[in-house]
Amino acid sequence: MTAPAAAAGSKPRVALFVTCLVDLFRPTVGFAAVKLLEDAGCIVEVPAAQTCCGQPAYNSGDRADARAVAEGVIRAFEGYDFVVAPSGSCAGMIKAHYGELFHGDPNWWPRADALAGKTFELVSFLVDVMGVTQVEAAFEGSVTYHDSCSGLRELGIKAQPRSLLGTVDGLTLKEMKDTDVCCGFGGTFCVKYGEISDKIVSKKTKNIREAGAGTLLAGDLGCLMNMAGKLKREGSGVEVRHVAEVLAGMVEGPAIGEKRKGRD
Amino acid sequence: MQITSPRFKKNAHEALQNPPLQKAMGNVEVNFIGRRAASAAALPEFEALRDNARDIKNHTLQHLDLYLEAYERKVTEAGGHVHFAEDADAARKIILEICRQKGAKTVTKGKSMISEEIGLNQYLEANGVVPVETDLGEYIIQLRGEAPSHIIAPAVHVNKEEVEAEFRRVHTHLDPKRDLSEPTTLLAEARGELRAKFLAADVGITGANFLIAETGTSVIVTNEGNGDLTQILPRTHIVIASIEKITPTLNDVGQILRVLARSATGQEMSVYTTFSTGPRRPEDPDGPDDYHVVILDNGRSSMLGTDFEDMLRCIRCGACMNHCPVYHAIGGHAYGWVYPGPMGAVLTPTLIGVDKSGHLPNASTFCGRCESVCPMRIPLPKMMRHWREREFEQHLQPKAARWGLKTWAWFAKRPRVYQLATRVAMGGLGLMGRAKGRFASLPLASGWTTYRDFPAPEGETFQAQWAKRRKAS
Ligand code: SF4
Repeated sequence: MTAPAAAAGSKPRVALFVTCLVDLFRPTVGFAAVKLLEDAGCIVEVPAAQTCCGQPAYNSGDRADARAVAEGVIRAFEGYDFVVAPSGSCAGMIKAHYGELFHGDPNWWPRADALAGKTFELVSFLVDVMGVTQVEAAFEGSVTYHDSCSGLRELGIKAQPRSLLGTVDGLTLKEMKDTDVCCGFGGTFCVKYGEISDKIVSKKTKNIREAGAGTLLAGDLGCLMNMAGKLKREGSGVEVRHVAEVLAGMVEGPAIGEKRKGRD
Repeated sequence: MQITSPRFKKNAHEALQNPPLQKAMGNVEVNFIGRRAASAAALPEFEALRDNARDIKNHTLQHLDLYLEAYERKVTEAGGHVHFAEDADAARKIILEICRQKGAKTVTKGKSMISEEIGLNQYLEANGVVPVETDLGEYIIQLRGEAPSHIIAPAVHVNKEEVEAEFRRVHTHLDPKRDLSEPTTLLAEARGELRAKFLAADVGITGANFLIAETGTSVIVTNEGNGDLTQILPRTHIVIASIEKITPTLNDVGQILRVLARSATGQEMSVYTTFSTGPRRPEDPDGPDDYHVVILDNGRSSMLGTDFEDMLRCIRCGACMNHCPVYHAIGGHAYGWVYPGPMGAVLTPTLIGVDKSGHLPNASTFCGRCESVCPMRIPLPKMMRHWREREFEQHLQPKAARWGLKTWAWFAKRPRVYQLATRVAMGGLGLMGRAKGRFASLPLASGWTTYRDFPAPEGETFQAQWAKRRKAS
């Protein structure tokens, strides 16, 4: 991996915010993130006192619980140089919303702001902060990339994953139509308004299938589980992975929603 | 207008099962999005113009009382009359009273969302005055007995075959051989039908896109020219507009116009932008003898100084709904009242109460596409979240959701307990799902599994694996 910042000598201490979905459903993404960060020259630590960023409560209108959870995140993470999450949605929560959540609080507001300033989504951190321009990974096949909404619109993530994917040996990128349109996940939305969510994700999977790529990638596990779940229900053979898995070359395990090979 | 917002889910279900509607909604995505993008891209200063438009309206809202007074003074000086209406009922009564004084039998109407908001047509009809909608889209839905499903394209949910059928049903003199298969032939048919009505009308009612405080002018922005005939031909012109339409100067309006049509339809300017100030002066070639402006509050002033003030910047361009995946899926009627899409999800709870319209701000993925295209930079998702906060405070959300949230929060605040509990739960779920890698159904998750499979977890949580590695090394 080419990382000018690492060559500078001072290795930044990065706290990995695993995110609840990666912790629970797809630890591989967490290990891929650790590898990518270490390859870029970071010292990676995983604070034990982490659960979730508080977004479910925040988006449900429960500010008190959102704040309580967010205070825990601030305490656990504020001592590091950077906080990195393999999710635009969770990083966006800290970066774009903690300020609003603690607005006007003389004690917490400055701490929330400080944390927001050093929190990043994984791939944009690698490219924009660590100056990574290429990865050492191989992937035989074609992929299509979905821009998850928070990452795209709150954090401006669009070019970074594509630039790194372009350096993966053997990989071809086949863009789908409307890559920037929501997949219909929306956190609890997909369950509360399942029928509407289904209509939205069906348009997405149609675009994915028409792109003709073998694998779908994105940077947010919530969206990936939604799209994978729909593709599998439709009987599609498109495999679904988090972009970090491919960038880190960690693609031996089964894709999202697939069984382990050799086991029936 | 009957409010069906409380049955939003049922409305949405019916919309999703309605093939003609689904076909028509496909056109929204095709027609509006690319055009807006192209026209925004063609103007290098477009983003700066958005900032500017936002700042103009923010300034106006800070001094709304002063600008309203200044506007009233100017209209009066020009020989017109301003009426302030606190709510829908007051506005309807003022308008009916003017119609009665003029002995009006029919009124022609230009497109106005405020007219929909106050239920003007039904009220006039019940009181013996016949309203005739003259905007093609409004005319179509008036024939169909429907409400608009979009704020700038009221009949966007109707396919052209359905319009033809409606015209053939109502225009009984129509030659069955006459070709009505194209939008242009449909338009010609409506024009022919409406011409006599324009001439016969006693009163013309229009909305307003802007009310200019500096000059006492009302401005309408249209593409059909029907608005001009509505306000010029009858003896009396009534403008109905809400308080936030006030804009300080002509120059301000010029600036906001530069983002309005581009955001709405991708046009640089709409076909007609019409300015009217007071009644006809002796030297004018045409114009009404009487000019009235009814300014509606209807709860808007209570938004000033609150979390919802930003919403009063809205210029009703429709870009937010044109780009909304939820609106694309279900159309405008499912929202159950006058204003659909993201702007409706924020405005409707103010106007009819969040207890009745609680679904609207919840039925959003928070994808943020609306905010990204709103020319007035209104933070729509943020304000929908504020409505969710109000609902939470007032215990309006379903009990099960609240209980689930509280349980989750209890664990999320206790990392150790959380990690122990999730270790066990994910281990179990991972084992159960190992054979297939996913679940076709799961108890308590039918909202997910009715429509898609649920990917199984890999098994051991990241934290558990990480802890082991640390110990081993
Ligand atoms: S909220 Fe913004 S995008 Fe939506 S109609 Fe109003 S001005 Fe247009």
